[in-house]
Amino acid sequence: MRIGLFVTCLTDTLFPTTGQAVVAVLERLGHQVAFPPAQTCCGQMHFNTGYRREAVPMARGFTAAFAGYEAVVTPSASCASMIREYFPALAIEARDPGLARAVAEVAPRTHELSEFLTGVLGMTDVGAYFPHRVTYHPSCHSLRMLRVGDAPLRLLRAVRGLDLADLPEAEVCCGFGGTFAVKNPDVSAAICADKVAAVRQTGAEVLCAADNSCLMHIGGALDRQRSGVAVMHLAEILARTEDTR
Amino acid sequence: MPTYLGMPPFPVAARAAVADSQLRANLAHATHTIRAKRAGAVAELADWEQLRQAAKAIKDHTLAHLDTYLLRLEANVTRAGGHVHWAADADEANAIVAGLVRAAGADGVVKVKSMATQETGLNEALAADGISALETDLAELIVQLGHDRPSHILVPAIHKNRAEIREIFRTQMPDAPAGLTDDPAALAAAARAHLRQAFLSADVGVSGANFAIAETGSLVVVESEGNGRMCVTLPRTLISVVGIEKILPSWRDLEVFLALLPRSSTAERMNPYTSTWTGITPGDGPQDFHLVLLDNGRTSALADQTGRQALRCIRCSACLNVCPVYERTGGHAYGSPYPGPIGAIISPLLRGVTSPVDASLPYASTLCGACYEVCPVAINIPEALVHLRAKVVDAKREKTFSPERTIFQLSGRVLRSPRLLASAQRAAARGSKLVARSGRIRRLPPPLNGWTETRDAPAPPPESFRAWWARTRGPRS
Repeated sequence: MRIGLFVTCLTDTLFPTTGQAVVAVLERLGHQVAFPPAQTCCGQMHFNTGYRREAVPMARGFTAAFAGYEAVVTPSASCASMIREYFPALAIEARDPGLARAVAEVAPRTHELSEFLTGVLGMTDVGAYFPHRVTYHPSCHSLRMLRVGDAPLRLLRAVRGLDLADLPEAEVCCGFGGTFAVKNPDVSAAICADKVAAVRQTGAEVLCAADNSCLMHIGGALDRQRSGVAVMHLAEILARTEDTR
Repeated sequence: MPTYLGMPPFPVAARAAVADSQLRANLAHATHTIRAKRAGAVAELADWEQLRQAAKAIKDHTLAHLDTYLLRLEANVTRAGGHVHWAADADEANAIVAGLVRAAGADGVVKVKSMATQETGLNEALAADGISALETDLAELIVQLGHDRPSHILVPAIHKNRAEIREIFRTQMPDAPAGLTDDPAALAAAARAHLRQAFLSADVGVSGANFAIAETGSLVVVESEGNGRMCVTLPRTLISVVGIEKILPSWRDLEVFLALLPRSSTAERMNPYTSTWTGITPGDGPQDFHLVLLDNGRTSALADQTGRQALRCIRCSACLNVCPVYERTGGHAYGSPYPGPIGAIISPLLRGVTSPVDASLPYASTLCGACYEVCPVAINIPEALVHLRAKVVDAKREKTFSPERTIFQLSGRVLRSPRLLASAQRAAARGSKLVARSGRIRRLPPPLNGWTETRDAPAPPPESFRAWWARTRGPRS
């Protein structure tokens, strides 16, 4: 299958190892991965902050960059939900029938990594090995917008050596919320404090999620406390094998 | 909503609330308890989702034909011996009520818990006219005695614990029994004794309504304590102030909502008291009934294609109880009688987005979607929030210089150009070498300093993903 990788602006800029891990997993499974260099950002930050007009060119850029791929895979549930849930409305608002057609064509073929692996490829064991205690935070957009359900957990349970710890109150938000973390820093930090406490309660070495944005947030607080808990994107755990340790 | 003029923007009010340890403890306890109970009560019904979709469809149909149903309601209330008044805004509604109280020869009223009259600031308006208004719902009474504001739609005194309530009764209730403890039953008994004489001597009762049934001109009040039943049956005159969106076409429609509302709000299968009345009944109950239909921004909310779904709200409070933001700030920070996620969309829809607090409310959410998931009438609150954020931004466009807008316009240009994005990534990598320590940044300048007050930030790595790809896979891959 010819897969286009939408790496997202955040992962591209700050967490390139996640993108490399997605490539490694998909290639290990025998797929051809392309990185269309014209891609940039899905526009979610602008859209969610109220700058919808500014988000329209990004939606156009996305649809142009990924036209013609059998599947578009992204390591972000949040960006995938922006594309699938909000691009259609954005195209209508922009009164751009061409964009609406392009969105209708590409949005249904755009998948977050765990839904792609379990739903499209129909697999849970991707041959990974990761002998560590891990807990998983189901990000809000993966849970309540994309509805990936337990797909990430099924993938993690199939990882050899991995000791999966249940996260208490897992489905509660981490308090990131994009620009919310900056516009309402006190409330954001107060919500995050409880998430961090829950993570530490599990005794996990690694906190895992399907979104680097939430991991940047919870990880930033874990680091500030010198907690000794690392954060890793789901892709980076799935990319680990006995040979890459 | 006159009593909330000049409220600070949400982040400022929230900062103080987050630092209040008593408030945080009270809210965490109360919201977690009701959250778990609601989930249990909802899980009992196998057809919850169908009920929810039915409720949404009924409300949407009614709102689309509001003109028809309002006139039908008016005709049927009038036929049953009631009087209908139309109030365009809060001031008009308050003036109508004050006039009716005077006409009844009274100088005081007993009140059923009502969001509509909180919204219009009725108590304050009546007080300015020399008319006293006594709140008879236990939690509203606590708030009134404490010279406080409600902080929750269903549980207005949720921010107080029983020790604090005892203190309010002890110092503010003249007939509080000596030796009053903070035992909930003792507190309720003290309030009951305090209110009993007022019920028996009141000439005028003031209520809202949960539902107004157009086909018969009937009003419905759903409550737990029975104080509402007293207020709508004992006084000679009854005045009900009801938002125009509270209407339902028929009694058959009501059945759906009586299944959804108690489970969503109090986690009960059925609420203890459901009072219904139709105009007047000679020789039984109030002999003079007035319905004040309140607009106060509702028709402009109805004109907003995305925002209008907020008018489906049945004031159950489920969204407040699951909201991670509300749980940490409580209701006062929202600067409106409508707090929490629903308040963050209803207040700006009813009042507009020009005041500092109203412009800040759509941003008082992480967009986590927990509110939408529990809403019994399926209001997509996150969708409405981002819609209102665009209204806030657009209202300020072309007007004044805005540092935020400049940042978003510049970053928008960078983020839509692969070339500029790559340049920015290279610049960030160079800057990162100067400020980062072991891959982390401990302090960032404004406007990002709010982040690094409590969290480290990741340092941009030496090589972005696109640079790695170009180096290892060739630029044309």
